[in-house]
Amino acid sequence: MSRKRISLRQELPLLVWLVIVWAALWQNFSPGNLLFGALIAVLVARLFYLPPVELGGRFNLLRAVPFGLHFLAKVVAASFQVLFLAVAKGPKVISAVVAVPLRSHSDLLVTATGHVTALIPGSLVVEVDRSTSTLYVHGINVRNAEDAAQLRKDVRNTEAGLIRIMGTKAELSALNQELDS
Amino acid sequence: MDPETFSGDTVIDAVSAVFMVVGALMSLAAAVGLLRFPDLMTRMHAATKPQVLGLFLLLFALGLQMRTWWVWPVLVVAWIFQLLTVPVSAHMVGRAGYRTKHLHPELLSADELEAVVQQAAGKSGFSDDDGGATTDGR
Repeated sequence: MSRKRISLRQELPLLVWLVIVWAALWQNFSPGNLLFGALIAVLVARLFYLPPVELGGRFNLLRAVPFGLHFLAKVVAASFQVLFLAVAKGPKVISAVVAVPLRSHSDLLVTATGHVTALIPGSLVVEVDRSTSTLYVHGINVRNAEDAAQLRKDVRNTEAGLIRIMGTKAELSALNQELDS
Repeated sequence: MDPETFSGDTVIDAVSAVFMVVGALMSLAAAVGLLRFPDLMTRMHAATKPQVLGLFLLLFALGLQMRTWWVWPVLVVAWIFQLLTVPVSAHMVGRAGYRTKHLHPELLSADELEAVVQQAAGKSGFSDDDGGATTDGR
C-alpha cells in the first residue's frame, strides 16, 4: 500500500482529539500530561496509519452551535417518539426503506449525515452507496408516499446544515444556488 | 430547610434525580421497543435512540453528583464515543439484517433498496462491498 503523506494541518484535528481523549481518561490536564499525550498521539498516528479524512477546509462555529442544540432537541424527540410507538403501536408499526440521494460526494459529509440521520426521529441508515452517494434510510412509522417524501426532505435538510458547517466552498455555493432557484 | 441549602445542593440533587429517572425511563423504552416491535429494523430504532439520550441523562446526573470539574471531560468523551459507535453498529446490523431478509415486507410501505441490492447481487455475487463497509468499518 502506497502511503500518501499527510500534512500536519490535515492531521491536526485527529491529534488534538487523541490528546483530549488521553487527558480525559487520565483526568489530568496538566501541561506535562498534555505533552506526553501529544507524543503518544503522534506515535499512534504514525504507527497505525489510517486513510486521512478529507476535511472541507472550513468550519463555521456560528452554524455549528445551533445545529448541535437542534440535534440534541431532536434526539430527545426521537427517544420519546420511539417510546410512544413502542407502547402504542408495537407490532403493527409500518415502516419503509427510502433512497435519499445526497448532494455531497465527500466521505466525511456522507458519514456525518448518516450518523446524524441515525440518531434523529424515525430514521436509520441501512445501506450507503458511495459511488452515487445515496443513503438508504429505514424510516419508522412511514405509512405512505407523503411520509417518505417528508423523510427524504428531512435527511437532505440535515445534509444542508452539515454543508453549512463544514462543507467545501464549492459545495456551499452549489447549495446556495439550489436554494435560491 | 433554610434557604441557603435550597439554592445550592437541593437544586443539583433535584435536577440529577429527574435526569436519572428519565434516563432510566429511556432504557425502559428501549427494552419495551425490543419486545414490542415486529422486526429487526424497527428494533434497531428502539436500541439506538433512547439509549443515547438515556446515557446522556445518566452521565449528566453523575457529573452533577460528583461535584468535581475533572470528571466532565471523561463523561463528554464517553458520550461522544457512544454517538460515534451507535449509528455504526446499527448500520452494520441493519445492513446484515436487510440482506439476510430479517424483515417483514408486508410492514414496509415502500422499499427502494430491494431492486438495487438484487441488481448488485446478480452482478457480482457477494463481493459488492462498496463505500458502506469501508466508510463505517473503523
